Amino acid sequence: MRTRNRMGRPIRALAAAAALALVVAGCGTESGDTTPSADDTADAGFTPPDLPMATELGDFEGQVSLLAWPGYVEDGSTDPTVDWVTPFEEATGCEVSVKTFGTSDEAIQLMKSGEYDVVSASGDASLRLIAAGDVEPVNTDLVPNYADIWPFLKDRAWNSVNGQMYGIPHGYGANLLMYNTEVVDPAPTSWGAVFDPDSPYAGKVTAYDSPIYIADAALYLMKTQPDLGIQDPYALDETQLAAAVELLKTQGTIIGEYWSDYTVQLSSFKSGDSVIGTSWQIIANLAQGEKTPVEVVLPEEGSTGWSDTWMVSSKTENRNCAYAWMDHIASPEANAAATEWFGEAPSSSAACEVASEGHCEAFNAGDEAFAEELYYWNTPIEQCLDGRTDVTCTTYADWQQAWTEIKG
Amino acid sequence: MTDILHRHPRLRLAGLLGPPMLWLGVAYLGALAALFITSLWTVNTFTGSIQREWNLDNFRDLLTLEVYRAITVRTLLIAVAVTVIDALLAFPIALFMAKVATRRWQKILVIAVLTPLWASYLVKAYAWRAMFSGTGPIAWMAEPLGLGTPGYGLAATVVTLAYLWLPYMILPLYAGLERLPNSLLEASSDLGAGGATTLRRVVLPILMPAVVAGSIFTFSLTLGDYIAVKIVGGGTQMLGNAVYDTFLTGNNMPFAAALSTIPVLIMLVYLSAARRSGALENL
Repeated sequence: MRTRNRMGRPIRALAAAAALALVVAGCGTESGDTTPSADDTADAGFTPPDLPMATELGDFEGQVSLLAWPGYVEDGSTDPTVDWVTPFEEATGCEVSVKTFGTSDEAIQLMKSGEYDVVSASGDASLRLIAAGDVEPVNTDLVPNYADIWPFLKDRAWNSVNGQMYGIPHGYGANLLMYNTEVVDPAPTSWGAVFDPDSPYAGKVTAYDSPIYIADAALYLMKTQPDLGIQDPYALDETQLAAAVELLKTQGTIIGEYWSDYTVQLSSFKSGDSVIGTSWQIIANLAQGEKTPVEVVLPEEGSTGWSDTWMVSSKTENRNCAYAWMDHIASPEANAAATEWFGEAPSSSAACEVASEGHCEAFNAGDEAFAEELYYWNTPIEQCLDGRTDVTCTTYADWQQAWTEIKG
Repeated sequence: MTDILHRHPRLRLAGLLGPPMLWLGVAYLGALAALFITSLWTVNTFTGSIQREWNLDNFRDLLTLEVYRAITVRTLLIAVAVTVIDALLAFPIALFMAKVATRRWQKILVIAVLTPLWASYLVKAYAWRAMFSGTGPIAWMAEPLGLGTPGYGLAATVVTLAYLWLPYMILPLYAGLERLPNSLLEASSDLGAGGATTLRRVVLPILMPAVVAGSIFTFSLTLGDYIAVKIVGGGTQMLGNAVYDTFLTGNNMPFAAALSTIPVLIMLVYLSAARRSGALENL
């Protein structure tokens, strides 16, 4: 009897938890009923929540909180000569605080907190932010420097809905293949170097730890296995996704580790634990600055890339400072400095006039044909982005599920 | 005030027990309940907003998708391995501390065991990252033997976690052995038992509750860990990572909640087994 009595205690605790659960459930459902229908927006052909757009600007609030990719907001603390925040603070009196993120998913998660006024969103985040009502339409008339932005970056699928801009373009670039020049010989020219299961660098290959990396595999398949009929690495039907997943699972056997924190990738290239893998220009620059023998190459298959947009939170209380920041980062000087530091093409045509010699040429800035060759991060949705209507495509949720499976 | 409290013992008791019971009931069980409820909702995969529609889809996915079974089994095996390694390492240390060392050394050793707990968890994990690096001390030591470092992966994860949680095993064992009267050991030896027999038939049975207590720490801490494995685990995923990734990169709070009921269930089973063995009442 005693034993039974003792066994009863956890059960009673569970019962208490269950009772509480019912109470909380009551509250939850109640508030659920009053939630606006924005939640129910269908996956695609979506209507963004009707949010007001700023019509005029007032006095600066004195502070602005930025959520940005590493290297997008530099105040001289990384490198004393790299600073485009201080001039902004001096001119506007808006104190800048910055939080960096490693993946687009992290940015979306953080934006939901409502604690950040402005975010630098890539194409795989921007539409989701718009659809969720986390960012508001941007009145480009209030951003004078918007006039200098390359026309081919305006009103695009990843930064606008129905002709309404939701942000100010920042810059664009390609994901690159980085390798250790002392170990990797001959120098790689193809993404095949990171997908070959018999790679001599097995155990020292690295890949980006995000479902969006599936697009890199899809791009490689698109060029090497035309039978699969992939037209756009972000528009994969089930068979195509399965092929990409298969390729990535095979890649998993030669992966040393996945990276999403750029400092981790820096350290493992420095220690030699990673010798080849996808990377960004800025990581290569920082690594070379630390005397790590690395080079980056744009492989022959082309590459996935990003086209980033500064967007304003719909919950911001520092709207004037937020607009001031967007105007500042689109100004020729700041845009040139920021994109040079990160290693990407500037979004402002005027930036090329003040940028260092060769910067705009190196990244083919303003070359529309080149820009169209890159496969910018995008959010995969049911309606195939490549225009196919006879199949449904896999969604980002499927990709996330697949990514968990790939890592095993 | 003191007068009223003095005259009403029930009031005194309520004042004393009220706050902790509130904490247990509202903050602790309430959070668990909220977790369970969230797991019955779904998320709009495009916008990431939570939809409060009741369904069991999350649990169905959890049970039918092969990958989550693999992750659960892997996590369990890591937790068991860490617990066994810690128990094997901690026993001789605790025995030495409790029965062999002088008073003065006892104090020094207790401090030595506790000191690593003052260092940041992250620093210790990154230290092991350096240890397992291809150019690190382990590779350097293994080189003359013709071996290399196992690199970042399962082995590195187990070693790092075993290192991190070792003090939590040593301390209960040390306390248990402290309470073991020397006279018992002497009686055993007087009755003709050798060292091994004494250990097996006298020390271990008495020490069992302490081992279980220690194992609850090492097991549950390993079960929930996701940072160390991120740092030294290479591509290895544990339950904690799956929860973290589902929540942060997947932005799918309901499924993350469903996933985190697995470790809760495992711990409930573990605790009731420990309770049944009678180990808990001797703590």
